[in-house]
Amino acid sequence: MVDLVSLFLNSVFAGNILLAFFLGMCSFVAVSRNLEASIGLGFAVIFVLSITVPLNWLIFHYLLAPGALAWAGLGGFDLSFLKLIVFIAVIAAMVQALEMIIDRFSAALYANLGIFLPLIAVNCAILGGSLFMVERDYSFVESVVYGFGAGVGWMLAIIAMAAARIKLRYADLPRGLEGFGITMIVTGLMAMAFMMFSGITM
Amino acid sequence: MTSMKLSRTKAFQTFAGPAWRENPINMQMLGICSALAVTVQLKTALVMALAMTFVVSFSNLIVSAMRGVIPSNIRIIVELAVIASLVILTDEFLRAYMYEVSKLLSVFVGLIITNCIILGRAEGFALYNPPHLAFIDGLGNGAGYGSVLVFVAFFRELLGSGTILGVSVVPQALYDAGYEDMGIMLLAPSAFIIIGLMAWLQKYLTTKD
Repeated sequence: MVDLVSLFLNSVFAGNILLAFFLGMCSFVAVSRNLEASIGLGFAVIFVLSITVPLNWLIFHYLLAPGALAWAGLGGFDLSFLKLIVFIAVIAAMVQALEMIIDRFSAALYANLGIFLPLIAVNCAILGGSLFMVERDYSFVESVVYGFGAGVGWMLAIIAMAAARIKLRYADLPRGLEGFGITMIVTGLMAMAFMMFSGITM
Repeated sequence: MTSMKLSRTKAFQTFAGPAWRENPINMQMLGICSALAVTVQLKTALVMALAMTFVVSFSNLIVSAMRGVIPSNIRIIVELAVIASLVILTDEFLRAYMYEVSKLLSVFVGLIITNCIILGRAEGFALYNPPHLAFIDGLGNGAGYGSVLVFVAFFRELLGSGTILGVSVVPQALYDAGYEDMGIMLLAPSAFIIIGLMAWLQKYLTTKD
């Protein structure tokens, strides 16, 4: 249990998927102009990551990993090279399915999350979450915790950035620094702050 | 017919646009996801830049060659399948011939699939242009992306470890005089800050008051 709590804290703070591993930057820079959109996208990322990471865990460990097809009598196969294309297909299909389900059952939620879901299919944070899950050899329970934690960390970072950019609007910046330049520098400072958490162990 | 100088040809402009004025990272803010993580060393950045150039130019070429037969409602899936296949090829190649570097690049080669530049070029350029121009556009975008990577990696490796491509360049006398490598350059925040400063410089140079 303690391990899981510390994995969660690590994926939110010290190992923040955006600030330490640079994933999901494109939508981070584009969407953090608007605070409400950031909150919406943040929830959508948590939602999709918490579903796709465990789902891809199951697919990887029962279909793709070396020897994973032993249950079907095909123990000699190693399909792990297919993981990139399978993961991206799972993510795209999942996002599409979620969009339809939300549209069917909750109009209010669809109005808030719906427009962000297509954006998410090509968000590197989502595919990155699944690839890190394979690379770090998480167990199934760990993959659930990691997927959720990575999403929370991403949301925290984008909301903090959106809040900082509201203040930046009134700053008198040198020519050329406005927009992308200052966003990157503020992100760098934020990343330093998040790294302070790296000494914490449970 | 005076307009046949190299710098005026359509092919050259297709290449130079994305490489400098419409640089995908600094100007269009695309593809930053994978750009920063691989820039601790110049070597990984170079390999990543080459891998990316390969994928974007060939995906442009293939998508452009098929642009007449792709039904428009499933085009994104077709494009993703082309890109993913090219990325798998690259990944397997790196594992086979450059194992050390592929370990360092870890998941970031796989993440080329979700790099917004590639899908963006396929959607925005390759679908409407003939294959040879699409291929050159891919090379230009690869060069623009790669130059940012190499620039950031150059400073991070020089200031962070005192080396360039693994060769020590900071003279020992400087260390003796009390110079120290900046540890922060090896960590994530420095990449954000360097790229911010670089975007500032480029925007300053390319825009007029």
